[in-house]
Amino acid sequence: MGARDWLLTDTPGSPTQAQFGRAYQGWLQLADNRLAMLGLFIVVVLLFVAAFAPWLATHSPTAQVLSDRLQPPSAAHWLGTDELGRDIYSRIVHGSRLTLYIVGLVVIIVGPVGLAVGTIAGYLGGWVDVVLMRITDVFLAFPRLILALAFVAALGPGIENAIIAIAITAWPPYARMARAETLTIRKADYIAAARIQGAGPVRIIGRHVVPMCLSSVIVRLTLDMAGIILTAAGLGFLGLGAQPPLPEWGAMISTGRQYLLNQWWVATMPGLAIFIVSLGFNLLGDGLRDVLDPRQAR
Amino acid sequence: MLGHANALVKLAATLALTFFGLLLVTFLIGRVVPIDPVLAAVGDRASAAVYERARIEMGLDLPLWQQFLIYVQKVLTGDFGQSVLTAQPVLSDIARVFPATLELATVATFLGVLFGVPMGVIAAVHQGRWPDQVIRLLGLIGYSVPIFWLGLVALLVFYAKLQIVPGPGRLDIFYDDLVPWVTGVLLIDAALARNWIVWQNALSHLVLPSAILGYFSLAYISRMTRSLMLEQLRQEYILTARVKGLSETRVIWRHALGNTAVPLITVIALSYANLLEGSVLTEIIFAWPGLGFYITNSLLSADMNAVLGGTIVVGSVFIAINLLSDVLYRTLDPRAR
Repeated sequence: MGARDWLLTDTPGSPTQAQFGRAYQGWLQLADNRLAMLGLFIVVVLLFVAAFAPWLATHSPTAQVLSDRLQPPSAAHWLGTDELGRDIYSRIVHGSRLTLYIVGLVVIIVGPVGLAVGTIAGYLGGWVDVVLMRITDVFLAFPRLILALAFVAALGPGIENAIIAIAITAWPPYARMARAETLTIRKADYIAAARIQGAGPVRIIGRHVVPMCLSSVIVRLTLDMAGIILTAAGLGFLGLGAQPPLPEWGAMISTGRQYLLNQWWVATMPGLAIFIVSLGFNLLGDGLRDVLDPRQAR
Repeated sequence: MLGHANALVKLAATLALTFFGLLLVTFLIGRVVPIDPVLAAVGDRASAAVYERARIEMGLDLPLWQQFLIYVQKVLTGDFGQSVLTAQPVLSDIARVFPATLELATVATFLGVLFGVPMGVIAAVHQGRWPDQVIRLLGLIGYSVPIFWLGLVALLVFYAKLQIVPGPGRLDIFYDDLVPWVTGVLLIDAALARNWIVWQNALSHLVLPSAILGYFSLAYISRMTRSLMLEQLRQEYILTARVKGLSETRVIWRHALGNTAVPLITVIALSYANLLEGSVLTEIIFAWPGLGFYITNSLLSADMNAVLGGTIVVGSVFIAINLLSDVLYRTLDPRAR
């Protein structure tokens, strides 16, 4: 019996086999979606580029060669050079690390915070629920970019502050979602069983509730990553995110803006990178949603 | 009826709480700013005595909760303080710039609805086949492209290279101040003054930024229309209508689309609210003197009164539109009552 048969059997012999089988079926369904595969490919390429940036780059991302400034794309500089003679291709390659850094940190903050607030509110109910959800609603009622702008204005520009500002504005939908999921399972028999066995709220939420909410939170995070990348790039473009000489894509567009009419490549190339990467995340997230959340699917 | 009134009271309470939260957050943001507001007012050459007097005058020696109460009272009476940049009250500044944003967002939403709704319907009808895929991809591209970059590229292509649209700004410079200010919305003001040359010029300036902003609302609206339509097309009354022999056009565009109207209004309202904020980056690119342009410029010169005032106004409009769509939903759809 091959691995494929073992995965696709109708009568799994153990819970582990059933789990692997379900994951494999999900993967087959995802693999069937050509656009989602394209998205996955883009994301994998991004990870690869970020991991091997020093080897993939042809120049140093910060080395200034003023005699070579504003060169059009050529064999020596594949995507041209910017106003300080830095190689744009190498800067974009290194910038992928910054993008992943921002997205990664925002996700690491937002996922657990949203999960914690949502599951606690949903499981405990009562006044805890009311207070936590009111706070969530307040943040949800804010326009996200404007709130992030105001926060960065208060904290001062910089990549860490941009991450904090984006995270503060991004967690509420996750709390909402986790709460909704928790409400549907809090009365389930297996929760009651755990409680009768003497499990406290912390254990029940941590071991039995959170795992049930994970898949929808992950899908939503994947879908949101494009939005996070765009917000970070927007802040960078306004000069409020990563500061020069960091090769952040949004900030690169901002400096290239002055040279738009005569040296179009300075501003357009980093924008293309942002576009391709966030399209990748959107395509992947869209496909993932079809697989993991059949209610939303066609 | 009692249930309805009850729901309204609940809604009002939520609204008040949300607005209170908005004020609290902006107040706290204003407190953590590293800029010393006293120093900003008296200058760094003031003596210690002058500094101390100004601090007391500004109420900064009071406990934080008292400061907050004073802040709430001021905001409720429309006093957002003075803008350092323009030396005007922030509220009058905002009244001056807001119509420009309103004009841009309204035209963009109009474009988004005009193209987004039919695209969503077509995608739903051809579910899974190539028109659906094309429209889906178009929508995803709209979600993925950085709006400020798209604006730059559009300016490069249509303004610099092809020269078929005018450059940034709301009007060519020699048309400035030709029509009297009535509403601040140039298309309306020029029409009122019957100055069609200015009207045309204003319209031509609107084309590019509103098309770009409209693309974003199209992405959202077409996607939501598609899923709303799919829900309707599965219903049995559609089958009944077809069995009765109604034409396919009538079944789809009258019966099915007609039944999505109520949730669709909510979708459009939400996208309108999102555009009010989404216009920030577009306004920067097109030097469009609206609220987003104002907030960012104030931010870059550390003019916190203006930034926070602008945040409160955008936040309030946001809350108001959400509320309005909620009320509209309840009134139009008897099932929601």
